[in-house]
Amino acid sequence: MAELIPTQPDPGHEDDHHHGEQSFVSKYLLSTDHKVIAMQYMFTGMAMALIGGFMAYAFRMQLAFPGMDVPFFGIVTPANYVALVTNHGAIMIFWVAMPVLIAAFGNYLIPLMVGCDDMVFPKINRLSYQVFLVSAIVLLSSFFVEGGGFGGAWTTYPPLSAKAEYNLTPLGSSLFIGAVGIEFIAFLLGGINFITTAMNSRAPGMKLYDIPMVIWMIVIASILFMVSVGPLLAGAIMLIFDQQLHTAFYDPNRGGDPVLWQHLFWFFGHPEVYVVLLPAVGITAEIITVFSRKKLFAYRTVLNTAIGTGVLSFCVWAHHQFISGIDPRMANVFTLTTLLISIPIAEMMFVYIATLYGGAIRLTTPMLWALAFIFEFLIGGVTGIFLGASGADIYMHDTYFVLAHFHYTFFPIAIIGTYAGVTYWFPKMFGKMMSDRLGKLHFWGTIIPFNFIFIPLFFLGAGGQHRRIYDFQNFPALAGEGMQDLRILATVSLVVMLGFQVVFFYNFIISLMRGEKAGKNPWKANTLEWTAESPPPHGNWKVLPTVYRGPYEYSVPGREKDYWPQDEPN
Amino acid sequence: MSMVAGSQGPDGLEPIDRTVRKQVVPHGVLGMLLFVLTEIMLFAGMISAFTIAKASAPIWPPPGQPRLPVEATALNSVVLLASGVALILAHRAFHKGNRSAMLRPMWVALALGSIFVVVQGYEWVRLLGEGLTLFSSTYGAFFYLIVGVHAVHAFGAIGLLAMATTRLQNGYLTPGFFGATEIFWFFVVGVWPIVYGVVYL
Repeated sequence: MAELIPTQPDPGHEDDHHHGEQSFVSKYLLSTDHKVIAMQYMFTGMAMALIGGFMAYAFRMQLAFPGMDVPFFGIVTPANYVALVTNHGAIMIFWVAMPVLIAAFGNYLIPLMVGCDDMVFPKINRLSYQVFLVSAIVLLSSFFVEGGGFGGAWTTYPPLSAKAEYNLTPLGSSLFIGAVGIEFIAFLLGGINFITTAMNSRAPGMKLYDIPMVIWMIVIASILFMVSVGPLLAGAIMLIFDQQLHTAFYDPNRGGDPVLWQHLFWFFGHPEVYVVLLPAVGITAEIITVFSRKKLFAYRTVLNTAIGTGVLSFCVWAHHQFISGIDPRMANVFTLTTLLISIPIAEMMFVYIATLYGGAIRLTTPMLWALAFIFEFLIGGVTGIFLGASGADIYMHDTYFVLAHFHYTFFPIAIIGTYAGVTYWFPKMFGKMMSDRLGKLHFWGTIIPFNFIFIPLFFLGAGGQHRRIYDFQNFPALAGEGMQDLRILATVSLVVMLGFQVVFFYNFIISLMRGEKAGKNPWKANTLEWTAESPPPHGNWKVLPTVYRGPYEYSVPGREKDYWPQDEPN
Repeated sequence: MSMVAGSQGPDGLEPIDRTVRKQVVPHGVLGMLLFVLTEIMLFAGMISAFTIAKASAPIWPPPGQPRLPVEATALNSVVLLASGVALILAHRAFHKGNRSAMLRPMWVALALGSIFVVVQGYEWVRLLGEGLTLFSSTYGAFFYLIVGVHAVHAFGAIGLLAMATTRLQNGYLTPGFFGATEIFWFFVVGVWPIVYGVVYL
């Protein structure tokens, strides 16, 4: 039976929050307000992004200038090098992409875009962030224990990751796996909240097809995460047992099977790509409709393809294992499913291009980021087709080609998607406009060097350069003039790109202090969050909104205004 | 555009009541269903890993390892399943609104669940004495891993049911909390026959 809940905020729930006179600690550190928790996730994610970016800087300097005393870091030893690349990968995926794209935007946007006052389980929500913070501290502490940080790649394949005599990091490797496990508990708690809130707390009148696309994408991503994470948790428990209790789950000498880990890991690992991709795709949908003043082309197609992508993403995992000795017949099956999954994603790209077609495009900073997302992700997607085909992958496996492909998917997701979202919702989050001029400077200063980092790596990979080599001088065939030049080009571009991030932080702070007041709806957008004050107060609205139509009614013929907010009766 | 304003739906056919917020299922029930989804996949991961290890081993169980107590555990499984039946009785009483009649089946379910955990613990101690340990073989390792993770869930379910019983006695057991407790309990009961079938038989 449907339970009927009054549209006004529940008074019992409000009691939890104690309006007004709050101390700093209870307002910002122990708050159960979804917006504060979103900011906690976002700023923690940004801090981790700086750490992950610094790691990339240190090991890329070593690759370009082997043996150099790297400024701000020192000499990169082989142990440092492997620990840096391993933790760079883990941090950027688990402590940057996930907390920012799913947890921060999910927390901020879901209640505001479905029109309710808070998450349905505010205390579980607070717990989720606290568990996440613990996981980040555990991960960073692994660098300071005996033996140093784990260096067996973010995929933690046993036996290298399982045996201390191989990886030489007896504590670091367990802290690494432990941190990932703790973090998953945080996102489990968050995911339960996101899905339940989006399904149960929608504004009166908001039907399933009236939910903004970004909310759908976060919900689907959360479901994918929750379905895929169980096997990895099982695998992680077994791996920690092997590391610390010396059981033999992955030890072939004692009846175990190291490839078992690869299956458990990639059964999670591949859906994980879509877990972070879908929110970025959703953010892009919001931005391109607003700044082309057009209805989203084929709303239901986008939703259905996202669900189709999600289902297919559980059937592709072994394409990471083509050289692990799997049965060639199985490799054929996984090649087929992998190539199939490019169809729904291509469909989404076409839908977005169709949305842009004929629109009144305004090239604001968020729009530039959204367009760059489509463009750069396309390169990532197309190069993936080479790697999905087992014949080509056997040559490309573990080369820089894989690395470049991977970064052409994850950088658009984690960095471009985040910047698109932050620049678009900044006026709502902080009540001020960001400087468009500085925003564009930062945009070009990030996008151009980004391509100069990773396009050379495609060439290096196709030339046979293996991805886990510390010093190429030991491999004369790979350290020739042309190849070393490409490596130096990539490193210099990285330094330039990192340098341009200063512009973003400067813009962020200067806009917070001196930005122009944003008002409720600076972009003239339809979705519900733009009907709240900027920044929204505790509880979001005095009277919760009612929804009358879908989120993308732009440029409707016969109307005076070119937008039609979801909560306007006519 | 085809959108019709006012109190019509987007398809223009079905009038929508815009004064209420629809909660299709209680928050607690939906949240617990999602959590159990993850738990099902956790067990699926462990059980498939175990099945692969079993299928690829030349001799199973490995020679020199003690046999698992198949019959005693079968009996114990019946105890756990009976606790599920008791909870179904409590469920019926709850939805008839008869709160006094549901107290007894809830205590029965709690007692049966506790008996299951205690007997399992006793079997563990016996098996450890006979030389089946985490380190003696992957057989032992998988046995303690899978059955141990199930035991952790059984403890959790007992704790949740005890909380529900306390709330019932104090008169504030909500459909959401009771529904969530039921789902988790049924999960722990329902996954056990699969674990028993794969690990013991």
